[in-house]
Amino acid sequence: MVVFRSAALHSCVLLALVALFFVLPAYHVGAFSRIMVLAIYAIGYNLLFGYTGLLSLGHAMFFAAGMYGFGLSMNFGGLTVLPAFAVGVTAAGLLSVAVGFLALRTIGVAFMIVTLMFAQTFYLVILYFGEYTRGDEGFIIQQAQRSIAGIDLTTETARYFTAFILFAICFLAMARLVQSPFGKRLVAIRENEERARMLGYDVGRLKLAALVVSGLFSGVAGAAYAMLFGYVGASFAAVHYSIFPLLWVLLGGAGTTVGPLIGVIFMFYLIDVSSSFTNAYMLVAGIALVLLTLFAPQGIAGTLRKRAVSWLP
Amino acid sequence: MDFGPHLMLASIEGAVISAILVLTAMGLSIVFGVMRVVNVAHGEFFMLGAVFAWAVSTMIGGHAAFGFVAALLIVPVLVGCIASGVDQLILKRIDYDVDRTIVATIGILYIVQQSTLMLYGPEARPVEPPFNTRLALPWFEFGADGFQMIWPWGLSVTTYKLFVIFAAISVLGVLWFVLTRTKIGLIMRATQQDREMAQAFGVPVNRVYSWVFGLGAGLAALGAVLVVPIQQAHYLMGGDPLLLAFIVVIIGGLGSLPGTVIAAVLIGMSDGIISVFFSPTLAKIIATFLVAMVLVFRPQGLMGRVAA
Amino acid sequence: MAAVSILETKGLTKIYGGLQANTDINFSLRRNAITALIGPNGAGKSTFVGMVSGRTKPTNGSVFFEGQDISRLPAHKRIQLGMAYTFQITSIFPGLTVEDNVALAAGRKLAHDKTAHAQKTAAVLDKIGLGDRADQVASDLSYGHQRVLEIAMGLAQDPKLFILDEPTQGLAEGEVDAFVTLMRTMAKETTILLIEHNMRVVTETADHVAVLDQGRLLASGTVDEIHANAAVQAAYLGTTANA
Repeated sequence: MVVFRSAALHSCVLLALVALFFVLPAYHVGAFSRIMVLAIYAIGYNLLFGYTGLLSLGHAMFFAAGMYGFGLSMNFGGLTVLPAFAVGVTAAGLLSVAVGFLALRTIGVAFMIVTLMFAQTFYLVILYFGEYTRGDEGFIIQQAQRSIAGIDLTTETARYFTAFILFAICFLAMARLVQSPFGKRLVAIRENEERARMLGYDVGRLKLAALVVSGLFSGVAGAAYAMLFGYVGASFAAVHYSIFPLLWVLLGGAGTTVGPLIGVIFMFYLIDVSSSFTNAYMLVAGIALVLLTLFAPQGIAGTLRKRAVSWLP
Repeated sequence: MDFGPHLMLASIEGAVISAILVLTAMGLSIVFGVMRVVNVAHGEFFMLGAVFAWAVSTMIGGHAAFGFVAALLIVPVLVGCIASGVDQLILKRIDYDVDRTIVATIGILYIVQQSTLMLYGPEARPVEPPFNTRLALPWFEFGADGFQMIWPWGLSVTTYKLFVIFAAISVLGVLWFVLTRTKIGLIMRATQQDREMAQAFGVPVNRVYSWVFGLGAGLAALGAVLVVPIQQAHYLMGGDPLLLAFIVVIIGGLGSLPGTVIAAVLIGMSDGIISVFFSPTLAKIIATFLVAMVLVFRPQGLMGRVAA
Repeated sequence: MAAVSILETKGLTKIYGGLQANTDINFSLRRNAITALIGPNGAGKSTFVGMVSGRTKPTNGSVFFEGQDISRLPAHKRIQLGMAYTFQITSIFPGLTVEDNVALAAGRKLAHDKTAHAQKTAAVLDKIGLGDRADQVASDLSYGHQRVLEIAMGLAQDPKLFILDEPTQGLAEGEVDAFVTLMRTMAKETTILLIEHNMRVVTETADHVAVLDQGRLLASGTVDEIHANAAVQAAYLGTTANA
């Protein structure tokens, strides 16, 4: 029953996203392409924060690793889109293994600060090699290069559906993952790490696995962003982009499968609307963070689950 | 200029950086020590201090010294009050839960920073120093004519920079006195060691927390008032002090005040010296990475009493 | 030898900053029996089982489980070998349902086989009497039920050795009776090392008793032997057993 319901819910979400393409005006179609890519990032972050209970303040480095792995290997390595995409995701994966080995030795506040500092190091390295990365200014990936098997990814339709396919894969894969024994074990770590260990689970390895999967998803999102929007810049590695997924997941509902998408949609439009009034649009993010911690620590989907639909995955 | 005089100049710069840093980091460290929370918005209180210092000194007018003295007196108190208000309004309500406090202070960071952008604007604005006489410094050299004193061109320090160093040392002295020799210090230490026990003995823990949070922000603001005559006030200026203060507090041992002072001098001096001789980005990369590694491999050792 | 004893410690010692919590403990635990570990507060009982289960690192000495030296294994590896451990202070997954709690405990061995996993979980819940509360969130349970749930989580692992650290602490009289009954049924399937303050529970369940005092193994034997032991009476029983 629960399995059926959750399958129905996830299909409905995906169907709605397909339908949106046909009903939304062009501007919002573009917005939703972006939202779906960022939602992949949020889904990855959610596995670590929402399910495993590890609060990272440095996920931008994985996003940026995917982005730069893709962009640099295209512009300097002469790769085509698909191999470059693989390079980007691999880069994020390797980085998350390395960061995981080191950062997971710490817990709590120390883990947050360590991830923050590693991400800051990564950001500064991007600036330091400005000759290749063009630093804050970033670089463009030529439109002509951005195609797969003759399909031009820069048209609105191709962009929307590429983003959709990637999102759908990640969304469904994560929904399966968190309901698998592996996912349950991660939740166990979140709930009571010592108990999980004393049930015979190798907590260290599970946490590393969660971090790496989370890093890979972030890398997919970063590479997809560069592929679909043709821009690679250091601002995506800056601390803002580590805070964003935290904000999205908190807003949408940590530890829920649909929460990340909801969070990104809400935040995207909040910032979109407020930036037409003021250049201080991050004010909205700040207010949202404070209000969420004060009044709705479980986010939108989390509150729904608590109040009305207890089966929400 | 030769290497020697150059190094001396760098050391003076380093001492000035240390002086500001020690105040900022001290604020972060006291808050962590007593309240066991990490205040990510600390750098924004520093920035507020700088912006308010500009506002106060512009409003007062007349000789630069009037504005500066007024800022020195008013601004830390003002920023401290704002921080206490934030504590009462937000942190108290989430019961100083470690994770949620971090998320909430990230939110506060953006609120303070972006509100400043809206109200004060994106410009960087200077504050005129109250006095700024340039003092040439001598250098000793062993030349052909034996030991001699020369006055290399460019080797100088302003009286204002000397004042900053002196001011920071005085503030530290007062702080040390208050924390170790007065009842206020006793209450703070009692709260730090055991919140429940202190409460049971009639310490108004909530009020102490509010004061401590205000004191921490006030120290950062004081550092900022001292720095604006050297560095201009800008809404994004809080990032670097936050990062440096974090580094200092971690190296010095979270919550350990003597450790914080030593680490601030160490980091400030090396930051001053390294950035004169090397690319500042490279210096930051190395510093940030090393601090992360310190936390990874010696969390207990360097974080002192966190485990308890 | 492996046939008789399931667990042995040799010269197990723990020093906390100059304080000897456990001194040179040579202990052997009989298979398929209930052994109670007793001793006054601060005798080092928790330190001892901490070192056995791998939660505490010994200063010296070694631990053998079924003849294998496990002194260097981390806690989760020891659990995988067939130990189960219940905490002195109730330790469950508070945000999950009762069923999920038990399923997680059973799932380490059975997660690959959905049917067996579900059956095992249901069987344990039934046995322990929490079947009708399967969907309740664990943190909503009463204290007594939470303790029972933790024991269920131990059972669900089908352990060869079940270490219970003061399981009856804080339970009401009636709940203690139910616990004693449960212990007797468990004893048919597994070896139990029971740390217990309540002497009634000890006399009603234990086949063997070991006495720790000031970090040293003072005596061990059957309940009657321990009762007769003068040293034990002086150190411990004389003050509390009659209470």
